[in-house]
Amino acid sequence: MVNLLINGKQQEVDVTADTPLLWVLRDHVGLTGTKYGCGIAACGACTILVDGQPVRSCITSAASVSGKPITTIEGLSAENRHPVQRAWITEDVPQCGYCQSGQILSAVALLNAKPKPTDEDIDEAMSGVLCRCGTYVRIRRAIKKAAALMAKGNVA
Amino acid sequence: MNRFVTLNRREFLKVSAAAGGGLLIGLYLPGRLEAATNTTAEEFLPNAFLRIAPDNTVTVISKHLEMGQGVYTGLPTIVADELDADWSHIRVESAPADATRYGNLAWGGTTQGTGGSTSVTNSWEQLRRAGATARAMLIAAAAHTWKVKAGTLRAANSYVIDPKGKRRASYGELSTLAATLTPPLDVKLKTPKQWKLIGKHVPRTDSVDKSSGKAIFAGDMRLPGMLTALVARSPLFGAKLKGFKVDAVKAMPGVKAVVAIPQGVAVVATDFWSAKLARDALQVEWDDSAAEKRSSDELLAQYLELSKKPGVVAHQSGDITKGLAGAAKKLEATFEFPYLAHAPMEPLACVVQLSDNACEIWAGSQAQTNDQATAAEVSGLKTGQVTIHTLLAGGSFGRRANPTADYVREGVEVAKATRALNAPIRLLWTREDDIRGGYYRPMYVHTIAAGLDRRGRPLAWQHRIIGQSILAGMANRAPSKDSVDFTSVEGAANLPYTIPDMLVDLHTTQVGVPVLWWRSVGSTHTAFSTEVMINELAIAAKQDPVAFRRALLKNHPRHLGVLNLAAQKAGWGKPLPKGRWRGVAVHKSFNSYVAEVAEISLADGKPKVERVVCAVDCGVAVNPDMVRAQMESGIIFGLSAALYGEITLKDGQVVQSNYHDYQIVRLPETPKIEVHIVPSQAKPTGVGEPGVPPLAPAVANAVFAATGKPVRRLPIRI
Repeated sequence: MVNLLINGKQQEVDVTADTPLLWVLRDHVGLTGTKYGCGIAACGACTILVDGQPVRSCITSAASVSGKPITTIEGLSAENRHPVQRAWITEDVPQCGYCQSGQILSAVALLNAKPKPTDEDIDEAMSGVLCRCGTYVRIRRAIKKAAALMAKGNVA
Repeated sequence: MNRFVTLNRREFLKVSAAAGGGLLIGLYLPGRLEAATNTTAEEFLPNAFLRIAPDNTVTVISKHLEMGQGVYTGLPTIVADELDADWSHIRVESAPADATRYGNLAWGGTTQGTGGSTSVTNSWEQLRRAGATARAMLIAAAAHTWKVKAGTLRAANSYVIDPKGKRRASYGELSTLAATLTPPLDVKLKTPKQWKLIGKHVPRTDSVDKSSGKAIFAGDMRLPGMLTALVARSPLFGAKLKGFKVDAVKAMPGVKAVVAIPQGVAVVATDFWSAKLARDALQVEWDDSAAEKRSSDELLAQYLELSKKPGVVAHQSGDITKGLAGAAKKLEATFEFPYLAHAPMEPLACVVQLSDNACEIWAGSQAQTNDQATAAEVSGLKTGQVTIHTLLAGGSFGRRANPTADYVREGVEVAKATRALNAPIRLLWTREDDIRGGYYRPMYVHTIAAGLDRRGRPLAWQHRIIGQSILAGMANRAPSKDSVDFTSVEGAANLPYTIPDMLVDLHTTQVGVPVLWWRSVGSTHTAFSTEVMINELAIAAKQDPVAFRRALLKNHPRHLGVLNLAAQKAGWGKPLPKGRWRGVAVHKSFNSYVAEVAEISLADGKPKVERVVCAVDCGVAVNPDMVRAQMESGIIFGLSAALYGEITLKDGQVVQSNYHDYQIVRLPETPKIEVHIVPSQAKPTGVGEPGVPPLAPAVANAVFAATGKPVRRLPIRI
C-alpha cells in the first residue's frame, strides 16, 4: 500500500513500493492524461509536478513521492483556465496531442520559477520533452503568451 | 490521381425516415445508416457525414483518422462552410469501418484509410455536397413552416433567416421537419467568394481536449475487467518461436496468462507494470534458422555492388549513353539512406473485446477496413461482426497504415488465445518494441551520374535506386519481379527538370526486414538525391542554385511559384551574416509543391539550422493555420531525419532501442520557421507529408555552401 496526494486528494493505492508513479496514475488511479512514451525518462511525455517541480513519473517510484503533493494535467485547473492551457488553446499548439500534458506541466513549472522566461530559459526547461509532430515553434509562442497572461494577473 | 467516384444521384441522398427526427447526409445506402452512427430518435441525419440534433449541435462524421494532421478540423470546416453552420456548434465523431460509405476516394473508394496526404483532397467535393444538401433541406423546412418560397430565405450561423418576415429558426428547431423532406437532387455549391470558413482562421476542434488530458488514445481505454498484454517478440526478423518457460512467470503478481501466439509469447496481466515485469522475466527460445541475420554494413556493400549493374527501367527519355558521352563536364555521386523508424510518441496499442459472435476494437486505426478484415480473419468471425472504434492516434506517420495490420492482428490473436479469461485485452507496445519492431522506411542507395554541356546546361541524368519494395508487403499490390514499385522511385522517375537524356532505374532488393511507408514515402530519399545533385550541378556550372533551377522548370509553373516565393521571402541572393549559409530545395509530392530555404550555422562541426523559409502550393488552403502547422511539423520531422534518424542492424538485430539512441529533434534545436502559402483556387491537395521532403536537401545544400564538401548520406555527418 502506498499513500499518495494526487491533485489535492489523498489516495491509498494497492501497489508495491517500486511501481513507477506513471503506471500507478494510469492503471490504478485512472488518471490517463499522463502518458507513457519511453519508460526511461528520455521523452518527457510522463512529466508531472511533485511539490511544483517537474518529475518524470515513468522512473519515479510511487513510494518515493508518498505524501508529497502531486499535480497531473487533470489537476492543473478547473475548466482549462490555467494561463498555460489557455495559451496552448489560443495558439492551437497540439497536433496529435500525446506529448502535450508533459509539455504543459513543464511549461507551468518553468513559469512558476521564472515568470518572464528568456528564450534560453525556455530552451533549457523544455529540452527534455519530445514532440514528434514538431509543435515546438508554437510551444515557444504559447509559453510567451502564458507569461504575458500571468503578468496581467491571470492565474488559474 | 484524384479520381472521384461519380455518384448516382438517387443514391447520393436519402433521408433516414426511421430516425424520426433530427438531419444525417452522405453516401447513403438504404438500411445501413441507422446502425452506423450514434443517432438518437430526435436527430436529423441527412447523410453519412453529418447529423444535426435539436440542441443545434452539428456532428460531423470523419472517415479519416485524426493523428495530429488536423482532419478533425479540416473536414468539419468543409461541411460547416457549405452548411452555414456556427463553428462553435460543430462536434466531430469517427466513422465506423465501411468502405461503401467511407472509402478513401483517392484510393478508388474500395478501402477506408488515411494516408498519402489524401484526407482533404478526397473529401473535398463529397463533404461540400454533404453540407450544401443539409443546408438546402433546412431552408426547405423553414420555407414549409413559414409558407414562403425557399428562394427568399438565407442561412447563416446555424439559423435559417427570413429577411422579409424578420424571423429566424435554428437548425436544431428545423431538424425534425427537415428529416421528413426529400433531399434535393442537386445542390449549388458556394463560390470561393462566399466561403466564410474555408481559407480563414478556424480553431482546432481538439485543442481543448488535448490541452487538458481529456483526449482518449487507445492505451487510455478502460473496459470492465480489462487485462493488459505485452508480447515478447523475436530479436531477429523472421525467427520462429521454439519454446518458453511459463511456470516462473505465471506465478508473478498480477499475471493471468502466458500464451503462444504467431507473433511470439503474450504475457497477460492485470496492468501494464505487472505485464512488463513478467515479460522481462520470461525466458524464450527462438529458432533463428530462417531469420534475417545481415548487418547494415553488409546490406550497404551488397547495395553498392548492385548499383554497378542496370536495373529495371522506371523512366527513360532520350539516349542516356549518348548524353553522358557528349557531356563537357560529368558529375557522379552515390547517396546512402538508412532504415528509419516512425517512432510516434504513442507506441502502438489497441483494445480488443472478443466474444463468440462479435469483436470490438478500439485503436487509432489508420486503415479501418483492413484492420476489420484482419480481425475477422484471425477471429473467424464475419467482417460485419467486427466493429472498429477509431480513436485519436498519438502520431502515426504511416506506422498504423500497415497492410499486415500487425498490432491489430496481434491484439486479436491475444484475445483469441485467452478467450477462457473472458476479458477485454489491451495490447500495449513499449518504446523498445516500437523501435525494434520493424516496418521501417527502407534503406536505400542511389547513384546519379549527370552531364553538363559547355554552357553549363544539364544534358544527361542517370539515376539508379537500390532498395526494398514497400508494396511487396501488400498481398494484392505487390509488384512482379521485373516491374517497378512506384513508391521506390516517386519524385525521381518524374523529375520536373528539363534534361534531354534521362534514365531512372531500380533494383528491388530482398531483405527480411519489414518495411513501410514513412511520412512522404519515396520522396524521403528521392527529393534528397535529386535536389542535392541539381544543386551540385548548379555549383559546377558556376550558376546560382535558384536561377539554375528556374531555367529548368519553365514548364512547371507551380514548382516555380513556390521556388520564387521561398527565395524571395528568405532574401535569397542577399548577403548573410558571417557564419551563416543558405541552401534551397523544391519538391512536389502528393500533388502539392513545397520549396524550403534553410539557413544554417556550424557549431561543434555540426549544422545548426537557424531558420527555414517554406513556400507551399496546396491548392485551396482549407485551413491556412493547419497548413502552416503541417509545414512546421514536416520541417521538424525532416530535420530529425537529416540530423539523427538511423536504424542500424548488427547481425540482423536492431541496434537502437529508445529515444536515447534514436534521437529526434528537441525544442532548443528548432529553427525559426516561416510558412508562406501560394494563393490558389485549385482543388486542395495534400499537406501532411509534402513539408518533409525538401528539408534535408535544403540543409545539405547549405552545408555544401558552408564546407565545400557535398553531403551524400543521411543523417548528415560533416
